[in-house]
Amino acid sequence: MDLLLGAVVLGVLLGCFYAAVSVGLSVSFGLLDVPHVAHPAFLVLASYGVFQLNESYDIDPLLAGLIITPLFFVFGLLAYRVYHETFERRGSDAAVRGIAFFFGIAFIIEVLIILQFGVDQRSVSATYIGKAWRFGEFRIPIRQLVAFAVALALTVLLAVYLSKTFMGRAIRAVAQDEEALRLMGANPVRIKQFAFGIATAVLGIAGALLIIVAPVEPTLDRAYIGRTFCVVVMAGLGSISGTLIAAIILGVAESIVLTLFGASWAPAISFAMLLGVLAVRPQGLLGR
Amino acid sequence: MERRTFLGGAMAVAVVGHGSRALAQQPPIKIGMSMPQTGGLAGGGKASLLGIEIWRDDVNAKGGLLGRKVELVVYDDKSSASETPAIYAKLVDVDKVDLLFAPYATVPTAPIMPFVKQRGLLLMGNFSFQVNSKVGHDMWFNNAPWGPADSWAASFLDLAQKAGGKNMALLTADQEFAQNLAVTARDVAKKRNIPIVFDQVYPPNTVEFSSIIRALKAAKPDIVYVASYPPDSAGILRAVNEIGIGDSVKIFGGGMVGLQFAAVMSNLGSLLNGVVNYNTWLPEKSMYFDGTKEFFDKYTKRAVEAKVDPLGYYLAPFGYAMGQMIEAAVAATKSLDQKGIAKYLRENEHKTIVGPIAFSADGERKETATLQAQFRGVKDKDIEQFRSSGKQVILFPDKLKTGELISPFEAARN
Repeated sequence: MDLLLGAVVLGVLLGCFYAAVSVGLSVSFGLLDVPHVAHPAFLVLASYGVFQLNESYDIDPLLAGLIITPLFFVFGLLAYRVYHETFERRGSDAAVRGIAFFFGIAFIIEVLIILQFGVDQRSVSATYIGKAWRFGEFRIPIRQLVAFAVALALTVLLAVYLSKTFMGRAIRAVAQDEEALRLMGANPVRIKQFAFGIATAVLGIAGALLIIVAPVEPTLDRAYIGRTFCVVVMAGLGSISGTLIAAIILGVAESIVLTLFGASWAPAISFAMLLGVLAVRPQGLLGR
Repeated sequence: MERRTFLGGAMAVAVVGHGSRALAQQPPIKIGMSMPQTGGLAGGGKASLLGIEIWRDDVNAKGGLLGRKVELVVYDDKSSASETPAIYAKLVDVDKVDLLFAPYATVPTAPIMPFVKQRGLLLMGNFSFQVNSKVGHDMWFNNAPWGPADSWAASFLDLAQKAGGKNMALLTADQEFAQNLAVTARDVAKKRNIPIVFDQVYPPNTVEFSSIIRALKAAKPDIVYVASYPPDSAGILRAVNEIGIGDSVKIFGGGMVGLQFAAVMSNLGSLLNGVVNYNTWLPEKSMYFDGTKEFFDKYTKRAVEAKVDPLGYYLAPFGYAMGQMIEAAVAATKSLDQKGIAKYLRENEHKTIVGPIAFSADGERKETATLQAQFRGVKDKDIEQFRSSGKQVILFPDKLKTGELISPFEAARN
C-alpha cells in the first residue's frame, strides 16, 4: 500500500514535469498544426543554454531558464518565419515536407550541441538537486517538487494567457478558422508566428526543468519525441488543461508500472494509453 | 654524345629514379575501424580513438611498422549496430586496409563478427563483452581486461559475501552488455545459493528512477548488483541518494557503465562515495607499467583540444595497448600475414602500458584484470581529484589491490 501511494505521488510529480515539456508542443502542433518534430531538440538546446549559464556564471538553473526565455521567443519567431516562407506558404502537402524540415533542424541542433559541448552528459548544480524531503520513511526528491511547482505554474499561466488575453484568443481563433480571421482584417501568419514564439519561449523554462530532473546529453531529444507527442495527442490537440491532465495520467501510470509491475513495461504504457484513449475518444481527452 | 649512350644514361636515370620513388612512396600500412563519434557511445569512442592515435603517432615517430608509416582509416558508426557491417565491408573491399580494429563496445561490434570469421580476418576487439562466445572466431583478440565471462559477477559477489551479503537485488538495463552481465550474475548467484529478491530490467530512455529504487529498497536486499548504461547510471545514483536504499545493503554497484568517465564522475561528485564498481585502469600505484605515465602525459594534453574525456582512464590506454600488441606481433613475424599475427598473439604474453596481456583460446584475457574499486572521499564538482590515488580504492584483483572494502554501503557513503 505504501509502495502504491508513493508511486502515485511520484507519478503526479513526474506527470507535471511531462506537462511542462509538452505544453509548447500543444501550442505549436496542437493549435497551429505545425509538424514540429524538432520540439524536443529545442528543449534539449534550452537545457544546454541553462547548463552554460549555470556552469560559467553559477546562475540558478530556473533563473537561467528565465533568462534564455526571451532568446527562445526570438528563435521561435525566426524558425516559424523560415518554415512559413519555405514550406507552409507553398501548398497543401506542406505538412509532410514540414516534417522533413523540422527533422533536419533537429539533427542540426544535435550536431551543433555535440560540436560545442561534446557528447558527454551535462548536469547543473543547485541547492535543491540531490536532496529529499522526508515524511517518516517516505522521501520525495526536492528537484521533483521544484519541477512539479514550476511546471504547474507554467501550464496554468499559459492556459490563462490563451483564454483571457486578446492575443491568446487571437491564437485560438487562428487555430479554429484562419480564413475568418483574415476576413476580420488580421494577419494570421503574424499571429501564428507570435504563437510559435510563445511555444518556443516556454521551452526556456521547460529546458531548465529537464536538466534539473536528470542530466542531459545531445541525443536526449529522441527519448522525448514519443512522450511529448503522445501527451499532446492524448490531451486533445491544442488543449492546455488537457495536456496537464494527460501528462499526469501518463506519469502516474508509468510510475505505478515501474514500481509494481516491472520496468520493462513502462515504455509501452504511454502508447497503450494513447491507443486506448483514441479508441474511446478520437478527439482526445479534452479535444473538441 | 652517341645516341646509345644517351639512351642508356636516360634509362639508368629512369630506373634509379623509379627505385628511389618506390622507396619514398612505400604505401602506408592501413588500419581500418569504425568508431562511435556520435550517439550514446561517442564519449567512449572518441577517447578510445585518441588512445589509438597517440600509438599511431608514437609508432610513426619510431619509423613505422616494417619501415612503413601507419595510417588509420576511421568512419563514424554513430553508435549503431546497423552501420558497422557496411563500414567493415567497405574497409576491406574498397579501402583495402591491411588490418582491422573493432569499434568501441559490444553493440557495434557484434554484427561484424560473422563477416570477419567468414573472411578469415584478424580483428582486434575493443571492449566488447562476450561477442565471440558463440561465433568462435580464432582470430579475435579483445583488448579489454574482462577475462572469463563469469569473473565479473564472481569478483563482485566474492566481495559481497565476505562482507556478509546473503541475498541479492539485480537492476539491469535492457541492453546487450548489461544483459550479458545479468545472465552471468544470475548463474553465479544460483551456484552459490544466493537468492535473488529483486530482479528488474529497465528499458533505455527511463527518465526517472525514484519509483524503481523505492521498489528495490522495499525488497531489503544485502547485495545490490547494478548493470546500467551511462545515461541511467547518474539517474540511479541520484535516486539512491534521495530515496535511500536501506541499512541492509552491504555493497552496491558492480557493472555501472558511465562511472568511469570524467564528466559523469565530476557531475555526481559525492554521490559516488561508497559505490563499488568495475573499472579498467585507475591512478593507483599498482597500475603503472612501462610507458603508462608517458602515455597519460600525452593524452592529458591532447584530450583538451580533442574535447574528449580529460581523464581517459577507461578506454584510451587500452586503445594504445591494442596498437602495442599489433606492433609487437608485426615486428616478430616481420609480415602483415594475419594468420601469422594471430598465432603470435595467441602464443605469447604481451607487454603493454596496461600491464602484461595473455589470451586464452577464445581471444579473451586468460585471467581477468577487471578491477572492482570503491569510491571514497569524493567531493563535488572537481575533476582533478580523480587524478590522485585513493579516490577509487582497488579491492580486486588481489595482485592489484590497494585497500579493503568499507561496508555496509551507508557507512561507506560518508
